Amino acid sequence: MPTVLHRAYRGAAGLVLLFGVAQLAVWASGVKPATFPLPSAVLSSAADLVRNGSFLTSVGSTMEAWAEAMVISVVIGVLLGLLLGSLRFVESAVWPVFEFIRPVPAVILVPLVLLIVQNDKRTEIAVVVIAAVWPVLLNTIYGVRSVEPLATETLRSFGFSPLAIVRRVSLPSAAPFIATGVRVAASFAFVVAVAVELVGTGMGGIGAFAAAEENGAADLSVMIAIAVWAGLIGIAVNLVFATAERRLFGWHFALTATTGGEE
Amino acid sequence: MTAAAISADRRVVGVLSNRLTLFVVRLVVLAAAVAGWQLGTESANNPFYLTPSSIVADMYHRWFSGPVSHLWLTSDATGNLLPSIGRMLLGWAIASLVGIALGVAIGRVSLLADLTEPVVHFARAVPPPALAPVFLFAFSIGTPMELATIIFGVIWPVLLNSIEGARHVHPGHLETARAFRIPAATRLARIILPSAAPKICAGLRLSLALALVMMVVSEFVGSVNGIGNEMLEFQTNTDITGMWDVIVLLGLLGMVLNGAFSLVERRVLAWERR
Repeated sequence: MPTVLHRAYRGAAGLVLLFGVAQLAVWASGVKPATFPLPSAVLSSAADLVRNGSFLTSVGSTMEAWAEAMVISVVIGVLLGLLLGSLRFVESAVWPVFEFIRPVPAVILVPLVLLIVQNDKRTEIAVVVIAAVWPVLLNTIYGVRSVEPLATETLRSFGFSPLAIVRRVSLPSAAPFIATGVRVAASFAFVVAVAVELVGTGMGGIGAFAAAEENGAADLSVMIAIAVWAGLIGIAVNLVFATAERRLFGWHFALTATTGGEE
Repeated sequence: MTAAAISADRRVVGVLSNRLTLFVVRLVVLAAAVAGWQLGTESANNPFYLTPSSIVADMYHRWFSGPVSHLWLTSDATGNLLPSIGRMLLGWAIASLVGIALGVAIGRVSLLADLTEPVVHFARAVPPPALAPVFLFAFSIGTPMELATIIFGVIWPVLLNSIEGARHVHPGHLETARAFRIPAATRLARIILPSAAPKICAGLRLSLALALVMMVVSEFVGSVNGIGNEMLEFQTNTDITGMWDVIVLLGLLGMVLNGAFSLVERRVLAWERR
């Protein structure tokens, strides 16, 4: 399609334009590279990072914690969501408790969890789970609530057990919403993992690598390059989950013209 | 909402008979949750898990037992809680203004939308904590660093929702305005902004919740005061009561912020529901 291509060209032009203007502005203003690096210096630092073994180990450490936390979040979020979504009275009754727990920024829990768990990686995973479970849980509840009542009632009148109804009706119809929750959780979990690594000392991972650079060599172009790589990983994570969501549940979004639950 | 969901809602309303029942049930559940927390922590008798009554008592002594002239706030509260909340709200306000202005411009000008799309999508994917060291280096410890971290962290939901909202204004309304030669400023204030308002509000709400997170992160990394900085002190002194105080305080703060936002939103968007 020509319009898609057209937009891609313009998007690329925007990137080049921003880069060029920034490069010219920094170069013309004559600030020292230590105060503010040229964008080209950031690019070359980013290229160096790929060959830096300890950076790659840090990325691996972050992604490992992220993956473990995602598995746990999805299991807890979906199971609890199916339960609460099916028992609407219970769900609306526990809502005030949620309203109190949910806004607590998970990162603030790092010192306490660290004391209780006495293990850096487990602390990171626990805190990321506490943050990432919410999008999965809430979207699952939302999905179960929007199940066609005729379907559940039909199965009930034919004598299916509540568990069978959840398995045959609630779970499949809530699946697109769950997928949206998982996608949102995946991006958020990555951000929280980096935050935890930055806050907790000696946890390893991208956040710790960035903090060490700030405390050590303090090369601003490297620090920005780390953020650039983190951004690219974030895009990759979102792309993988968004593509899977579209592949699996494209029919749902085409049918309802929505994008799943709340973000 | 589908017809099925509405009929399901009606049934639930029927079961609950009215809102009052739900309210009472919620209160009871809330009380039961607190009681369970109290009893559970009492019987566990674990130094890490404190009873809510001891947390509330400690919070009172630490923050809310000050002189009346200071609205009962102690010097600890005025020195840490107020700067935190102030920075959070200021950062959120700046991010909101910039995000709405940029978002409406991008949403209305398709050339701008095409040019900025990859840039915006890349920038919002950058985990704000990864930039905290950059801001710390650029601004050194203090309020500018914290504001920069908060603003960068919370601007994206407002920006993206403003773009969405401004892009999908009813074309008929705009054409009518053009036919009547309504000036651009009036078009913006009377047609585009109101039509984008529900989306913008959704973005503002997400950003407000994120602002609390970014406030904590920024104060952990580069602050000499504030709630996050207090948490670091408690960590150094292994003051578990202090840690619980902060956690409960942030839960309450988040609840109050969300509630206040809902009140304002209901007022602002009252015309939309009818």
